Formats: sequence, C-alpha cells, structure tokens
Amino acid sequence: MTQPFLKIENLTQRYPDGQGGEMTVFENASFGVEKGEFVCILGHSGCGKSTIMNILAGLSEPTSGVVKMDGFEVSGPSLDRGVVFQNYSLMPWLSALRNVTFAVAARHPDWPKAKVVEHSKQYLSMVGLDGDAIRRKPSQLSGGMRQRVSIARAFANHPKLLLLDEPFGALDALTRGTIQDELLKIWGGTEQTVFMITHDIDEAILLADRILLMTNGPYARVAESVEITIPRPRNRTSIIEHPNYYKIRNHLVHFLGIRSKELAGKQADGPQAPQTVRIEEPAQPNPEPRAPLRAVNE
Amino acid sequence: MDKLSVNQRATVLSLVILVVGLLAWEAAIPGQKIATELTEYERLTGGGAPKAGVPPPSQVLVKAWEQLSNPFYDAGPNDKGIGIQIAYSIYRVLTGYLLAALIAIPAGFLIGMSQVAYKALNPFIQVLRPISPLAWMPLALFIIQDSNASAIFVIFICSIWPMLINTAFGVAGVRQDWVNVARTHELGPLRTAFTVILPAAAPTILTGMRISIGIAWLVIVAAEMLVGGTGIGYYVWNEWNNLDLTSVIFSILMIGVVGMILDSVFAALQRAVTYAE
Repeated sequence: MTQPFLKIENLTQRYPDGQGGEMTVFENASFGVEKGEFVCILGHSGCGKSTIMNILAGLSEPTSGVVKMDGFEVSGPSLDRGVVFQNYSLMPWLSALRNVTFAVAARHPDWPKAKVVEHSKQYLSMVGLDGDAIRRKPSQLSGGMRQRVSIARAFANHPKLLLLDEPFGALDALTRGTIQDELLKIWGGTEQTVFMITHDIDEAILLADRILLMTNGPYARVAESVEITIPRPRNRTSIIEHPNYYKIRNHLVHFLGIRSKELAGKQADGPQAPQTVRIEEPAQPNPEPRAPLRAVNE
Repeated sequence: MDKLSVNQRATVLSLVILVVGLLAWEAAIPGQKIATELTEYERLTGGGAPKAGVPPPSQVLVKAWEQLSNPFYDAGPNDKGIGIQIAYSIYRVLTGYLLAALIAIPAGFLIGMSQVAYKALNPFIQVLRPISPLAWMPLALFIIQDSNASAIFVIFICSIWPMLINTAFGVAGVRQDWVNVARTHELGPLRTAFTVILPAAAPTILTGMRISIGIAWLVIVAAEMLVGGTGIGYYVWNEWNNLDLTSVIFSILMIGVVGMILDSVFAALQRAVTYAE
C-alpha cells in the first residue's frame, strides 16, 4: 500500500503522574489520513484526543513517535497545518476582518494589502459573514459568528492539513447544524484534508469519510477506523433516511458505550494500527451492528 | 427634578456642595476687628496688628484670578508665575517618567516572558519597591551633583515599579490560545511580541502607567520642596515662608487640577487599548 498523506507512527505520550511515576495517555498510536479526506476522531474525555491534535499542530511534542506529512517529519507549528480551536481563539482587539487578514498576511507576506483584504473578505463571505458584521470585534459577535470567523481564518490560508479541535463544542444545537452545513459547503469546494475532534456521533457521521475510534485512557489507542458508507453530498435531514445510517450509528454508540471500556488499559507491544470497519447495508447478511473486521492498513 | 438625567442631577448636587462648602468656609473665618473697637487690654497685647490667618475663599479666588491672568511672568528667582512653576514640575515628571517607561516596559516584558528572569529579579524588586523615593534623594544629590537631575531621578525611581510589575503581570497573563495562534501562523518572536502580546497585555500595562504617573505627581511636590529653585513644590514652600497662605491654598488647588488632567489623559489611553473578551 502507498504511503498515506499524513502518517502517524508509534505515537506515545506519557506524563509524570505527580507521584514520581509516569502516566501513559496513549501508546504506539499509528494511523494514516489520505489527501482530501475528512477524518473525525471520537473518544471519551481523557483518552488523549486533544493531545494528538496538539502534536499534529506542532504545539506540543510527543514522548516518542513520528508524524509525517507528505513524507516529511513534522516538527513545530507551521502554516501548512491550520488549526480551528474550540474557543475560537480570535484576537479580541481586532475586528473579524482584521483577524482573518492577520492570518492571510502571515501566509502571504508578499501580497499587497488590498489583495489580503480582498482574499479575507471572500472567505468571510463563504461562511456567510459580510457587510457590517466583519467590522465588528469578536465580543460583539455571537458564538456561532465567532466560530465562522475562525473557520474562515483557517480555510483562507489553504493549509495542507486542517485541524479542528471540537469546533462546535461550545455552540447550541441549532447554530451547530447551520455551521456544519457551511463547513461541508466550504470543504466540498476545496478538497481540503481535515482532521477533526468531536464528541458528537451524529456530527461525525455527517461530516466524515472515516471515523477513528479511541479506547479509554490510560493506554488509550486508536482501535477502529469506521468508514462512512453514505454518499456525498450529505444533508442533515436526508442522511438519517439512508439504510447505513443507523447501522453505523449503532456501531459507534456500542463502541463508545461498552467496547471502549473493555479494550481500555491493555498495554500494547507493537504498532497499533486501527482495524478498518466497513458497514454497508446490502452486503450485510448479519443484522448485528458489529460488522466483520477487515484489516487494511498494513 | 424628575425630568433631569442622572448626570444632570449629579451636576446640580456637585454645585450645591461647592457653594455650601465655600460659604461655610467664608463664614468660619473670624473677621478682624478694627482698632477703635478693641478694648484697651486688647490693644496693649497687640490685638491691633494684622493677624495672619487662613484666608477666606473670596481672597483665594481673587488670588487665582490675578495669577491665572498672567501665569508666565518672571520677576526674578523668587517671583515666577504659576504657569512657569507648573511647567517646570511637568517637565521633571515627564522626563523621569519617560526614562522609567523606557526601562520598565522592556524589562517587564522580559520578566513576564521568562520564569527564570522573574524568579531572579523578584527579590530585588520586592526590596527596592517599598523604599520611599525621597530616601534616594541624598544619595542622588551626592552622586549626580545636580539638584534638578536628582529630582528627575527621584521621579524615575518612583514611577518604575508599578510599570515594571504591571507589564510583567500583563505579559505573563496573556492567554496561551493567542500565543498558539501566533505559533501556528509562524510569527517570529518579535512579531509575536508586537502583534499579539503587546495588544493583549496593553490594558494591564496602561494601568501600571496610570498608577505611575499618579505617584510621580505626588512625589514631585515633595522632591521640589527639598531641592528648591523652581517647580510647584518649591512654590508652595516658598509661599509658606512668605506666610502667604492665600497663595499656598491656590497652589494646592492647582496641584490637584494638574494631577487630574494627567490622570484623565492616561484614562483615555487606557480606554483606547481596552478590549472586551
């Protein structure tokens, strides 16, 4: 098999546990993400999702292991890996537009100011922000609008990999739905590779090509990689009609509810590639949600 | 009365307090009896001589009018207009203050960014900070050998601490999220300092600068009483030596007015850099 675009090899993170010993959050996590793929990672709090995200962003260093993107080892933060943070992380002293131009100017230092502004406005209008709203400070915008600015800021820079850290965690359900649609729209036009953390199973099914499932920590690992066999374009209202939807959903709920605990705490020896799970209604003689497992990532 | 806004009502109340206060003060000053009304005993004990006393507000107002209508006259070393004296004081305050800012803000940045620098410098700051600035005066006079420069040094030393501590506090408190945004956008250390940390810490830094200018204006009066020559502090002390209490009261009021103006300038700057989260 060819090398995936983003390759995570034997990633291990240990922290001192405060009593002289060490606490292993996850060990030998190995998985890949293909170019243009939208991957969500699901798991309970404390399994190290955010740590993986920070390592991918280059904001923190793993205890051991390598992250390779496009064949090159990742070290330190870079403009090639854009991040949308859960708490938006907009500069409160800058207007929405200036928050985006700030990023665009960092990406393209050689662009004239007018071009930077033009480019930023284009991406803000892609998430539905224009006119008076982009002149306002983040404190004068609603949570949903702030996260839109943050998404525009990330997409405007065309990073090779876009990291989304629970971007809709702080939003109410209705706003979340609208922005999910906008994210799908803006993503569909760019073929951007996206890696996203979420707690929301329905959100993951709607957005992702593939969902990585993590067992509980300590010694958490990426246990399964579930393919979402629902064709795009997807839509929040019609997706639930699809025959595969509840099969996949049940599988995910079952994993997070029961199996993430059963599989937890088992120390692993070698590289822990996730098992690929593919759930498809017509090819499924057995109605049981647990599908036959098929290892592919070797 | 109900139709007036809160501000209008407050203004009316302020004026009432002012008028009542001035009238009470005026009435509290005992009038001087003319010589023919005195008893023989009073005349023998010197009751007829003009008595030095606290002047009534009417006299202070006359004095203020007289001084403010010609604030920049210069009739020799001991007779200069109030405008000249205040200008000397402001010059000293601003010189010492700006020198302090030039050192305190970069040093505060360093201390705020680095735990080692913070821990290494903290003992010195804690010992030097509570020293009354005037305690430095003899040493300054001996080393600098110039009274004017010594006064500026005293201002420097008293205004450096609030700016240093607030800058360090503000820089250390910048949210890690904003620093992470700078890091994921590959901003260099200098650009991070100027485009992220400085605006993020600006409200705290400006608070320190506002405290410092307030302290500097308090200290300059005392410093000028010591070094003499020029300045509003010297003016107060000189008029006390002349037993001209009207001028003393007038200059006390002027110190308050100038201090208020300095403070409101920094309050405006503070408002300009404050952001809502």
